Amino acid sequence: MQTSEVSKPIARIDDVALSFGDRVVLKNCNLDIVEGAITCIIGLTGAGKSTILRLLDGLLLPDSGHVYVRGQDICHMSEEQLNVVRKKISLSFQFSALLDSLTVGENVALPLREHTRLSEAEIRRAVADALESVGLTSAYDNLPAELSGGMLKRAGFARAIVTGPELVLYDEPTTGLDPIVTNLITDTILRLREKLKGTAVVISHDLPSIFAMADYVAMLFEGAIIAYDTAERIRQSTNPIVVQFLEGAEVGPIPI
Amino acid sequence: MRVLDRFGRATIGFFEYAGGLTLLSVESLGFMARLRVRVAETLSQCALLGVHSVVIVMLTSLFTGMVISLESAQQAVAYGFANIVGGAVAYTVTRELGPMLTAVVVAGRVGSAIAAELGSMVVTEQIEALRSMGLEPARFLVVPRFAGLLLMLPLLTVFADVISIVGGMWVAQAYAHIPYDQYIASVRQSIDFTDVIKGLLKSFVFAAIIAMVGAYQGLSTRGGAAGVGRATTGAVVLAIILIFISNFVLSFLLFS
Repeated sequence: MQTSEVSKPIARIDDVALSFGDRVVLKNCNLDIVEGAITCIIGLTGAGKSTILRLLDGLLLPDSGHVYVRGQDICHMSEEQLNVVRKKISLSFQFSALLDSLTVGENVALPLREHTRLSEAEIRRAVADALESVGLTSAYDNLPAELSGGMLKRAGFARAIVTGPELVLYDEPTTGLDPIVTNLITDTILRLREKLKGTAVVISHDLPSIFAMADYVAMLFEGAIIAYDTAERIRQSTNPIVVQFLEGAEVGPIPI
Repeated sequence: MRVLDRFGRATIGFFEYAGGLTLLSVESLGFMARLRVRVAETLSQCALLGVHSVVIVMLTSLFTGMVISLESAQQAVAYGFANIVGGAVAYTVTRELGPMLTAVVVAGRVGSAIAAELGSMVVTEQIEALRSMGLEPARFLVVPRFAGLLLMLPLLTVFADVISIVGGMWVAQAYAHIPYDQYIASVRQSIDFTDVIKGLLKSFVFAAIIAMVGAYQGLSTRGGAAGVGRATTGAVVLAIILIFISNFVLSFLLFS
């Protein structure tokens, strides 16, 4: 891993290896998530980027290595201990993963209802505030099935941020969206970072969106982070794998 | 070697399944013992799983009682034992057919619904989203269905017992001209409160089987829509097999 200007990490993936059956997804994977910054993870489809987010959220356990959140190794925690850690972390899913039996408002209110002692009026205010942050005020009473792809993503963001997490993980927030909605989503992530004063990890294939929001970029290739630096330095990287990926060239060290 | 390999895999699969089912059951019972039950959702499940099954249970139990009465009344009248028809229907229904047939019908309707709903939630990442929010799927989803069925299946069984006996009474009178009071006297002579209670005890076990097999099948779903289909079919087939096996064991323990 190439690093530069590494500040205090809020989370760390330390020498992690993980396989699903015979398929090796991660090996010797190391990554620091710098507090207060937006870190984007890039890489080929199926490279294991979403797996990294699930490791950070404790949804997956590595075969070996460690995952630290705020200095605590979460790999050896019980589910109850993990649930305490998860209150500081929110994962926004690629397909939003809203509970389809609940309205958007109820989905966003869910973590507050389950984890806080707020009154119903306070919850309603917090939900309205979260939905306003993502520009979805009018969708409070809609069911997820009634929303477009972009609206679903933003509803997922609202649920992710409503508890004010320290670390928000975005899994492919712009995939499958038109350029206008992609810009809207990118702006929303930047605004949410400002609002929460927190840290974000974003997985995306959308390079303009990545370079519009990333403070740091990490490239995952063949199970390991092969490049990690500030967004500007990654853009100017001479690493042939990074160059091929950023240029989208068919010829190069990345096997197709 | 191939046979041994298959046998080994099947054995491991069996114990994995049995272990997973047991763990989910213990976890769910643990939440119920600590009264960590979502009351509103449980009541909603009572309506969905129980009240909405009333018509199908009524129809199956009505015709079951009628056919037992039809078969036994014909023979009983021929041999001069018309006074035992009510008893024959009531005895068979309260101890065996009432609890078992109700459970089989509910397994087909409700077990499949639980597996399909939870399976769909797995493939759309909703279960992972719950875990990511620090919510236990067992408490959030399984316990309300489990508790709902534990409440509703015994009630449906009592309902089925009554409907079967009444249906048998109508056929006995219409077909074999056995008077209602003679039929009722026979019922009262043949069964007592203990028989009904033992039948209800069976229905608690059957409720647990339907709920837990449906939930476990749903939560173990892999492979998209086809996986949901497999989970649903598996839930019904396995639940019905377990209901028949446990019915024999319970009858042996309770009535032998």
